Amino acid sequence: MKIEQPIVLEIKKVIKESSDTNTFLFDYPLRARPGQFVSVWLPGVDEKPFSVSYQDEKRFGISCFGVGPFSKKLNSLRAGEKVGIRGPYGKGFTSKRGHVALVGGGCGAAPLAFLANSLRKMGSKVDFIIGAKDIDHVLFVQRLKKAGVHVHIATDDGSCGKKGFATDILKNLLKSKKEIKMVYTCGPEIMMKKIIDLCDMNKKNCEISMERYMKCGFGICGQCCVDNVGLRVCKEGPVFEKNLVKRFFEFNKYKRDASGKKIILNPGC
Amino acid sequence: MVDISTSIGGIRLGNPTILASGFMGVTGASMAYAARSGAGAVTMKSLGLEPRKVHPCPVVLSFDKGLINAVGLSGSGIEESMAEIEFAKKHAGVPVIASIFAGTKKEFGMTAKEVSKAKPDLIEVNISCPNVHSEFGRPFGTDPKTAAEVTREVKKNTKVPVIVKLTPNVVDIKEIAVAVAKAGADVINAINTLGPGMIINITAKKPVLFNKRGGLSGPAVRPIAVRCIYDIYEATKGKIPLIGTGGVTYGNDAVEMFMAGASAVGIGSAIHYRDIGVFRKVSLEITNFMKANRYSSIKEMVGVAHEN
Repeated sequence: MKIEQPIVLEIKKVIKESSDTNTFLFDYPLRARPGQFVSVWLPGVDEKPFSVSYQDEKRFGISCFGVGPFSKKLNSLRAGEKVGIRGPYGKGFTSKRGHVALVGGGCGAAPLAFLANSLRKMGSKVDFIIGAKDIDHVLFVQRLKKAGVHVHIATDDGSCGKKGFATDILKNLLKSKKEIKMVYTCGPEIMMKKIIDLCDMNKKNCEISMERYMKCGFGICGQCCVDNVGLRVCKEGPVFEKNLVKRFFEFNKYKRDASGKKIILNPGC
Repeated sequence: MVDISTSIGGIRLGNPTILASGFMGVTGASMAYAARSGAGAVTMKSLGLEPRKVHPCPVVLSFDKGLINAVGLSGSGIEESMAEIEFAKKHAGVPVIASIFAGTKKEFGMTAKEVSKAKPDLIEVNISCPNVHSEFGRPFGTDPKTAAEVTREVKKNTKVPVIVKLTPNVVDIKEIAVAVAKAGADVINAINTLGPGMIINITAKKPVLFNKRGGLSGPAVRPIAVRCIYDIYEATKGKIPLIGTGGVTYGNDAVEMFMAGASAVGIGSAIHYRDIGVFRKVSLEITNFMKANRYSSIKEMVGVAHEN
């Protein structure tokens, strides 16, 4: 059942994933599909969308990367404190049986961690490539290994795993493991663009989880519509098939802020 | 043969469903998407001269029978908005309505003049947003004299046909409607959101909207919208085309609006209940009603609830 009005839930547990990322666990049978998101409400502060990063029969979790005032405020909360939750919203990933590859850049690993757990439960073979700037920002490794996921790591500074890009690892993986059917990705658009190209070259299916500024979360306000097709990231997305993403003019070029003003991605590129 | 085309302010609509202002219409692409989904015309979210930031969230939530919102007339300012209108004009394939708001009468005129350069098919004057009281004082639409002055100022500054959108939050909507009609409005749209209302989260012990108060829309307000259209039609003697907005979700709701006096209907909240395909669904349901009841045009239904 989708929650329309926020329900106030107690934070049961806080897991410190890195110096600026926390996972918050709640006792609530959310029944989200991997890739879906919830809106997290801090009364009197603001409300923001977060991918579900963990889920079992009784609990679910979200992971918060402290970048702005809201996420820093959220990350200051401890077990026992309360937040409002509504959702789950959006369309999730299609779960494929067989051998698949997941590529998460930075906090983009969050929805993929939930997907990886769910795919493993289905019996799929999962290669998970984590891309991060340094060792401190490599998330979920122990949890994924415990679930039987084959983890690969790339960091910008080489402090963990290979020095370089997650896409370099994917390139080799697709070459050596032809049986990989599907690639799932979430992260910076410049990375996801490269992944789409790699999947095109290797004739692989690919699903992309996109992020845009959202207000309502349920498809009515139009804030997260992408140019030029106008599809709503909160409703038709946030997960899109790669051939659809290729038609998004703004993908890897710009996004919109709260007022609707365009913000250029990758300036200088 | 059943013809569901209609006309407002001299502009022909292939079907009578209009994407209401404030829903989806943030960008040209989102308006084009609503048009592809069957909207007979699309209205952009109200735009003003200067960029304005949104209220923090939540800005809109659904409750049992409707939506409550206080988005706060956010916008990227007139230049970016005009580019979005131009995109919609090029790609929507249906009439595009530019909705405008302003803080002073003079600014309404300036905004109308500026936005006309983007060549919208119609301009809708939003004198009825209930969510920005503290900044703009009472909505212009609550006083017949002020409402008429704003209408005249806009008409003076544009050749584009003008819709004036009225608020239901007045003692007598009839006198406001008559005043704006006399001032030269080409079309009247009723209603903007009702209220403001409030929802308190009893666990958090706080109003759930950041703005605390928000306008109500959706099925909960439909009887009020129908009554407003009925009253306005009567007061203006059916001489000015009306857009009936407020809770229209199904074809029968649209027919009810026509019978009250509307020539077209605004659809917004229903996107939540029936998703973006609602425009096509409502058009089909109107067609089916007309076939079953031997109506051949929308016009034949307009205002019939007034006949003795």
